[in-house]
Amino acid sequence: MSIVNSQADKIKEISGSNPLKCMKCGKCSASCPSFNEMDIKPHQFVSYVQNEDIQSLVESKSLWKCLSCFACIERCPRNVQPGKLIDAARQIVVRQKGQDYLKADEIPELIDPETPQQLLVSAFRRYRR
Amino acid sequence: MSIEANEEFKPKIVAFCCNWCSYAGADLAGSSRLGYPADVKIIRVPCSCRVNPMFILRAFEKGADGVILCGCHPGDCHYSTGNFYARRRMTMLFSMLDYIGVENGRTRVEWVSAAEGVKFSTTMNEFVEKIHSLGKNVRLGDLRCRN
Amino acid sequence: MQRIGVFVCHCGSNIAATVDVKKVAEWALKEPGVVHAEDYPYMCSEAGQSKIQAAIKEKNLTGVVVCSCSPRMHETTFREAAERAGINPYMVEIANIREHCSWIHKDMEEATKKAVILMRAAVAKVNLNTPLKPGESRVTKRALVIGGGIAGIQTALDIAEAGYKVDIVEKTPSIGGRMSQLDKTFPTLDCSACILTPKMVEVNKHENVNIYTYSEVEKVSGFVGDFTVDIRKKARSVDMDKCTGCGVCQEKCPSKKTPSEFNRALNTRTAIYTPFAQAIPNVPVIDREACIKFKTGKCGICEKVCQAGAIKYDQEDEIITEKYGAIVVATGFDMIKLDNYDEYAYSQSKDVITSLELERIMNAAGPTKGHLERLSDGKAPKEMVFIQCVGSRCSDDRGKSYCSKICCMYTAKHAMLIRDKYPDVNVTVFYIDVRTPGKNFDEFYRRAVEDYGVNYIKGQVGKVIPQPDGKLLVRGVDLIDNKQILKEADMVVLAAAIEPNKDVRKIATMLTASIDTNNFLTEAHAKLRPVESPTAGIFLSGVCQGPKDIPETVSQAGAAAVKAIGLLAKDKLMTNPCTAKPDELMCNGCSQCANVCPYGAISYEVKEINDHGVRETRRVASVNSALCQGCGACTVTCPSGAMDLQGFSNRQILAEVDAICR
Repeated sequence: MSIVNSQADKIKEISGSNPLKCMKCGKCSASCPSFNEMDIKPHQFVSYVQNEDIQSLVESKSLWKCLSCFACIERCPRNVQPGKLIDAARQIVVRQKGQDYLKADEIPELIDPETPQQLLVSAFRRYRR
Repeated sequence: MSIEANEEFKPKIVAFCCNWCSYAGADLAGSSRLGYPADVKIIRVPCSCRVNPMFILRAFEKGADGVILCGCHPGDCHYSTGNFYARRRMTMLFSMLDYIGVENGRTRVEWVSAAEGVKFSTTMNEFVEKIHSLGKNVRLGDLRCRN
Repeated sequence: MQRIGVFVCHCGSNIAATVDVKKVAEWALKEPGVVHAEDYPYMCSEAGQSKIQAAIKEKNLTGVVVCSCSPRMHETTFREAAERAGINPYMVEIANIREHCSWIHKDMEEATKKAVILMRAAVAKVNLNTPLKPGESRVTKRALVIGGGIAGIQTALDIAEAGYKVDIVEKTPSIGGRMSQLDKTFPTLDCSACILTPKMVEVNKHENVNIYTYSEVEKVSGFVGDFTVDIRKKARSVDMDKCTGCGVCQEKCPSKKTPSEFNRALNTRTAIYTPFAQAIPNVPVIDREACIKFKTGKCGICEKVCQAGAIKYDQEDEIITEKYGAIVVATGFDMIKLDNYDEYAYSQSKDVITSLELERIMNAAGPTKGHLERLSDGKAPKEMVFIQCVGSRCSDDRGKSYCSKICCMYTAKHAMLIRDKYPDVNVTVFYIDVRTPGKNFDEFYRRAVEDYGVNYIKGQVGKVIPQPDGKLLVRGVDLIDNKQILKEADMVVLAAAIEPNKDVRKIATMLTASIDTNNFLTEAHAKLRPVESPTAGIFLSGVCQGPKDIPETVSQAGAAAVKAIGLLAKDKLMTNPCTAKPDELMCNGCSQCANVCPYGAISYEVKEINDHGVRETRRVASVNSALCQGCGACTVTCPSGAMDLQGFSNRQILAEVDAICR
């Protein structure tokens, strides 16, 4: 229980958003471009964090289907911003495995010269914190 | 360090609150159970402009470690302009106090409305913390008229 | 030397749980002047008050300190009790050991120590208290109502019916307000104009009511019972006495391109105009910014066609100064601007409209003569989508944190009316919650669903995307079905949040009435004094105090009128005796105090002063205690320390400071 609990707290801490503020309007799910790909919908994410069922979140497909397009973050009227929660759950998975997937100096060899620079930078920002 | 270093420092803090906004804000902090240290004692005045610089000097003379003046937000004064006078007077007084060695952190003006119980409590917490970091007010010690 | 009694209240366990009340009473006896101290579970109760009164009589007390809740709560209670026992009510002081002590501290020892100090400060003050006598001020038997919507009209009518004179100041050229823009009203679906216009006529004809339209409040001075108000009557450019309201000037006016304020800019109006056909007064106004005559000097058609010779291009703004005993604020509301809600494409498509705009479209006198049609191409819509809570219940900085209260009901009304008149139109409502508290309200909403087949979907809309073919693609969610919905609509109606009229801040500042972070005027007490402002003599009517529908607005308007009548019915008011008082021996007549006085209460008189045996004629300050409100600005300004504030004198406050720092 305490582990689950601390995971929910961790998500709140990383995301900086308070799921209790949610008024369940569903604007996040109404805005989500990958809604149909997700098994747990963006508005449900909030309830899962509220109910401290982080395990289901971590195992869900949704975690990796979120495009981080920020539509839900932009439009959430209550500053709950499910996109941030999803991102925080992803962070937890990345941190849990306790390994660096890539080191900075390995990248030049792997890189496709066509890859936009911006994508690399944003990928680094997200996963190498 | 001071000789009383072993004893826990209990600052004496005087808060002047205007009747219409800040005193009501303090009441709201109370009814919302928003705590702040017991070192703060509130004196009710009709308006922040009633606070004569003399009162603040007297408080420091008598051993206060900090004095805070709370009034309505600019433009919201019950008497329309009182807090503007208070602001000007306190700006002058605080710079003079600073000049004679009563640090600026020991004096403060804050606008707290009747709806801002949270702000009242956080302000008081911050202020007490600041006074703790500054320690005992010794500057006016030799001027102090002890009973 | 005073003989002071200290009374410590337990307030049940509110105080006694964290403050050792017995100890506070014990310590009190050690204070100078204290001859009696006791504690009691409820000091404010009948029994508690009689304890105080008995002690006053038995021990010959001259002063009383009650250690209890905030003086804002029970100061008056205890002062009245003391007065009944024969001592001056201003010999009573309260030490606030509940809100400022027991409720915020947890440690008993610490809280008790603080309570003792607060008690000491109060005792120190009472030692220097002097008996004070309240003065009297007169009441001007005339009320001012700011705003001529349904709230203002109802308040004015009720006050006028009670036999008092009322003036209404309305900013726009006609009274009627928002309600005059509505088509039908819920929950009975009667036509808004049919119930409003008779009231407008009634208030206009009432012998006790005087209406200033196209006018604004410019300056307010004075205080409860005796306000002086400057009203700017803007130049109408039309002589109100001569105009017959024939309307020829409006027909002939060549400047026709100004967006109509009344029709929410959905169509245009002429430069000389009355906002709507049933306007009261039925006298047009020349909009000088649109008028060709005012812009270029050439035109003057209206003057030529006016048979009554009522057009007056050289009319100027007029300032009317009037005295009032009470002021009622009824400034109403507006819809929020939707600039921040780009996802709903309000600025991109003419077919995305607000509910108030739909109200004008549905109205027979509106821009489409009451035909439901798309504003972009005039076609009849087949699919309509309503989006609720646009800008309401937002905790971000784009919208308002509160629920606008009226949207659920008017959307049900719109949906029902459309389904009734155009059964082939499909209506979908996206809602977060349907809030229908009110008599016959939920039945009304259920009728929309059950009898009229309105499709209510629990969920929000994320985006409205205008399509090249003119349709609107609505992407929403059905939270019950857990499905995302893509829907092609012909029209989208946004239930935009309502906000207080933007001028209300200016007016509140003039009135020194307090206002909350959402610009709603604050009531004196949320439950027990909901139609009064904390500023005496100012009353609140309608949406200026918080979101309301018409029935609620009308009942609040009546309540505000009753409170105003209660004030106007008095011949005299007792004034606060805590006023400034100059020491004539110390005053040097420098005029500094008069300069800072916000009420103009200080004047100077030349009189003979006996200065320790030397008779001199001097110029000294004199305070009009009926005008002085007791702020104390003058006391600090006075360079010679001659000015002092009764009830909060320098010596009293210094004694409190000393007691606290002891």
